[in-house]
Amino acid sequence: MLWSYTKTTAFYMLVLVIVVISVFPFYYAILTSFKSGTALFQVDYWPTSFSWDNYIAVFSQGAFPRNLLNSVFVASTTVLLALFLAVTAAFALSRVRFRGRSLLLMTILGVSMFPQIAVLAGLFEVIRALGIYNTPWALIFSYTIFTLPFTVWVLTTFMRELPIEIEEAAIVDGATPWVIITRVFLPLMWPALVTTGLLAFIGAWNEFLFALTFTSSNLTRTVPVAIALLSGGSQYEIPWGIIMAASVIVTVPLVVLVLVFQRKIVSGLTAGGVKG
Amino acid sequence: MSSETIVPPKVVLAKPIKSELLTQRVAAARWFLIPMLVALAVVAGWPLLRSIYFSFTDASLTDLYNAKFVGFKNYISWTTLKSGRTIYSGLLVDPVWWNAVWNTLRFAVVSVFFEAVLGMIVALVLNAEFKGRSIVRAAILIPWAIPTIVSAKMWAWMLNDQFGILNDLGLRLGLLGEKVAWTAQPDTAMTAVLIVDVWKTTPFMALLVLAGLQMIPKDIYEAAEIDGVHPVKQFFRITLPLVRPALMVAIIFRLLDAMRIFDLIYVLTPNSSATKTMSVVARENLFDFDKFAYGSAQSTLLFVIIAVMTALYIWLGRVRFDGGIDRCSGVIPRQPPFICWCW
Repeated sequence: MLWSYTKTTAFYMLVLVIVVISVFPFYYAILTSFKSGTALFQVDYWPTSFSWDNYIAVFSQGAFPRNLLNSVFVASTTVLLALFLAVTAAFALSRVRFRGRSLLLMTILGVSMFPQIAVLAGLFEVIRALGIYNTPWALIFSYTIFTLPFTVWVLTTFMRELPIEIEEAAIVDGATPWVIITRVFLPLMWPALVTTGLLAFIGAWNEFLFALTFTSSNLTRTVPVAIALLSGGSQYEIPWGIIMAASVIVTVPLVVLVLVFQRKIVSGLTAGGVKG
Repeated sequence: MSSETIVPPKVVLAKPIKSELLTQRVAAARWFLIPMLVALAVVAGWPLLRSIYFSFTDASLTDLYNAKFVGFKNYISWTTLKSGRTIYSGLLVDPVWWNAVWNTLRFAVVSVFFEAVLGMIVALVLNAEFKGRSIVRAAILIPWAIPTIVSAKMWAWMLNDQFGILNDLGLRLGLLGEKVAWTAQPDTAMTAVLIVDVWKTTPFMALLVLAGLQMIPKDIYEAAEIDGVHPVKQFFRITLPLVRPALMVAIIFRLLDAMRIFDLIYVLTPNSSATKTMSVVARENLFDFDKFAYGSAQSTLLFVIIAVMTALYIWLGRVRFDGGIDRCSGVIPRQPPFICWCW
């Protein structure tokens, strides 16, 4: 009896440790973001003072609102583009047998394993040649390298699971492949599209290396680069309060999205159509 | 009599109709694939080839087009002095580069090791039935959802030498004798990077392992329970062997991912040669030091290393590409937001 009691306690202690370690840095960032002045430099474990100063500063000085807009624009355009290209490709890769299919899938897998740095020099040249350096389009263009293989791969896996009977019925009714995709499969694929899109969105939202390299002015930067380059008057004056406020602003939507969609992410790929 | 039962009844198929349909489908498939293939060729294939090409030239950031071909000079070259001494130069004898290679390997192996162990523990906890399981699952998703840059900044603040909460906590608990400048000192900088990376990526590992755990049939444990097998033995004899495929896939993806780490180190410990990895050094040469060709050579070498590792993985793991993409391993993590579909 005592032994089982100890075991339960130990287990819940472990659970508590996991939860605290996971959540604490985010909690502490929120705590810091609401401090100002000298309160910043006192270590507190619980909220002691409260002020909106840092948030006001983030939005009033610098180009942070513009950076936020850039991030939203770049990430959503990237996702829409990747989904559009991936849906048709995934249909071909999952429902049609043709020669070289496995080679193609292998290539796509290979591209997603690419170290981004390996293409950085070449991409820089292409982006300069296209005249889109230092615009959001440079980022939308380059982010395709990781969003597209990912969406193609996941949607291919998903489409393969859709029952063949649905498609056969459509073929019997005389539907062309295009009609099958748009009228038959797409309605079944909404959950998968939402989750894949969400994951690709987060990927594009968080990307740093390309964003750092292909933009060069305050007004074209995305949020991660803006946060990384936020600095104070001198090297020794890092504006921690403002950085934390910006971090919280960027992270809260993501955390909310992930928590709201955690069930969707789970069911995303099993919910479509008759389960095979 | 027996011969009749053996004959497989499969020869009756309406062949002509099927093949007509098939041609139509294959033609459509071609058109569906072309846009994606063009996109991948433009953003991945061509830039990769150009990067490799630049590594054999003397290109500079300001003058990309008049670059001259110089052969392997960026990789290795030598001159023999009059005295008979040979001086080597180039990437392959560059101590800065080999330091970066060593940092990257050290980082990759150590971080993935801890992530695998801790991820396993978290997955085992999440696989148990208990009150508040959904809260734990939600909680571990938070590090995973936070952008790498943001987590680097959050931890940089927590690890701050004077006002950091971790130094405060360490002093209060008596774990630290004095305040430590975690990110600035060469001997602790790597530890700081490892802490942040393990914190950030263990959830990913845990979710992949959890997916593997949930595929183990429950009756195996019931049988073991009846036979009176000790839980520890159950773990090593049942759980570990059965979860191994999922764990290996997760480990290899993480290893490949860790090999190209850039953002965390760039933000958390800038200018610390104790943590500079291959990606960081390569980007420095490409865009900060105006040694574009030399940086290209470094990124090409990194690409070769990762390509060899990937090929080994595909060969060793015998990933089936046709008709059997593993539902869990099919998702390739590049940036943090990658999750397994079947938890």
